Amino acid sequence: MEKRVTFNGWALPMVLLLPQVLVTAVFFFWPAGQAIYQSAFIPDPFGLKSQFVGLGNFEFLLTDPFYLASFKTTAIFSSLVTVVSMSAALWLAVMADRIIKGAGAYRTLLIWPYAVAPAVAGVLWLFMFNPNVGLASWYLDQLGYSWNHVLNDNEAMGLVVLASSWSRISYNFLFFLAGLQAIPKSVIEAAAIDGAHFWRRFWTIVVPLLSPTTFFLLVVNVVYAFFETFGVIHTITSGGPQQATTILVYKVYSDGFVGQDLGSSAAQSVILLFVVGILTVIQFRYIERRVHY
Amino acid sequence: MTGMVEKRGFGIWLSHLGMIIGIAIVCFPIYLAFVASTVEQQDIVHPPMPLLPGDRLIENYSEAIFSGINAPVWRMLANSMVMALGIALGKIVISILSAFAIVYFRFPGRKTFFWLIFLTLMLPVEVRIVPTYEVAANFGMLNSYPGLILPLIASATATFLFRQFFMTVPDELAEAARVDGARPMRFFIDILLPMSRTNIAALFVILFIYGWNQYLWPLLVTTDPEMNTIVMGIKQMFPSGDDVANWPVIMATSLLAMLPPVIVVVCMQNLFIKGLVETEK
Repeated sequence: MEKRVTFNGWALPMVLLLPQVLVTAVFFFWPAGQAIYQSAFIPDPFGLKSQFVGLGNFEFLLTDPFYLASFKTTAIFSSLVTVVSMSAALWLAVMADRIIKGAGAYRTLLIWPYAVAPAVAGVLWLFMFNPNVGLASWYLDQLGYSWNHVLNDNEAMGLVVLASSWSRISYNFLFFLAGLQAIPKSVIEAAAIDGAHFWRRFWTIVVPLLSPTTFFLLVVNVVYAFFETFGVIHTITSGGPQQATTILVYKVYSDGFVGQDLGSSAAQSVILLFVVGILTVIQFRYIERRVHY
Repeated sequence: MTGMVEKRGFGIWLSHLGMIIGIAIVCFPIYLAFVASTVEQQDIVHPPMPLLPGDRLIENYSEAIFSGINAPVWRMLANSMVMALGIALGKIVISILSAFAIVYFRFPGRKTFFWLIFLTLMLPVEVRIVPTYEVAANFGMLNSYPGLILPLIASATATFLFRQFFMTVPDELAEAARVDGARPMRFFIDILLPMSRTNIAALFVILFIYGWNQYLWPLLVTTDPEMNTIVMGIKQMFPSGDDVANWPVIMATSLLAMLPPVIVVVCMQNLFIKGLVETEK
């Protein structure tokens, strides 16, 4: 895509680009370059000099059981968040789509959680499930189940998944609702006249026609679970118990800032860079396709 | 027309019911936090906590706002406001200028700039935190507003949005401006900016929330409690060790932390949805 009509001169556009180029160079390209550079070194414990190890940091990481465990944790965490959040949102969107009067009021009430920071969402859920004072844990206790996510791996994972999915419901709801409203009513009515009941219409018409939205949300939610849930995990579990909720992004932070292992943290950044790259390519590929529809 | 699929009202009532239950579940954590912010600490540490608001609303909120735990909450709110506005406005300004340059000029290296900016779409700050932190530290930007703001505006989403929009602006407008002998900046200010109003507003809503809700970066850059933003400051209010957290004040702070973005989203709902759809395209 190019403009036919343009202005002359090259000094003015350079000046216009300057702020963005400066900020990007200093706070993006330089740090990204540093991450790649540092990933090839192991600094000595005093930080005075560092030793070149080539791909050593990567070799170490890819054979390190803790790092591989974190990969697995991330995979479990992001699949659960994606599935839980998308199914809840789809359920709400299907109902909202059937309601004509009052749909606006429901929508307003459902977009709240989008504005709540993941870290604040973490605090809200932590409060409900706090083993000593939480309302949910108290009720669970009455039912004979002793909840303690501080000690139990699965409960910790369950709680961060719930809080992260909750944070994401509004976003998924809005996109699903838009997708549902784009489906021509006449198609659905034709099926209804043919005698197809609600679930049959849902599986044979709505689900296939909604698939572009679903696929888009799938990618975006995985990106969200990978990179934007740090606040939830830091506030609720700090990656624990032991490593049970240490997802990859959390490990970059805890190895780099808490463990002061800069070489390894940088190498992890580079690995994540590849992951983001792949996800971005998938996303753009798909968007290209959507444009041609 | 639409009445045909669900002729009987029963299905619709079922939908309303399901919707209300769904919303009750989704809003419950916020409601519970509100209740906790209006009762005494004693009511909370002896579970189960009450399910209806208490009478300590004013006491708890004024304690949070004026004294807080590490820093008064008004101070953290002000820091968050500066950061969110700085990120939103800063990103809009640098992006709209560079999009204008890329779309409306032919100059050497244009393609290169385009791709360099494009690359920044790919790397969230979470991934490059250690080296970015070092850069900020070397510039002496720790515990400062520029340190909070600048690293987070180094990304190209907004540039792309404006580029897409400028491509849809009819060529005749630029043509006419050129024939009239208007300078490029006149065209930008008199024609392009007014046409971009809704795009700017929609982007502002999205970026304001993005900036307000940042957590990891402020956590690293602000060690001085007076510079903490409210979203990261909440976690700092929990005591280390076995002390009991001051839940009413913490929950009051959480409510205050979500209030500005919630107001923005609810009041500018249509702009928000437009922004959401366009930034993700």
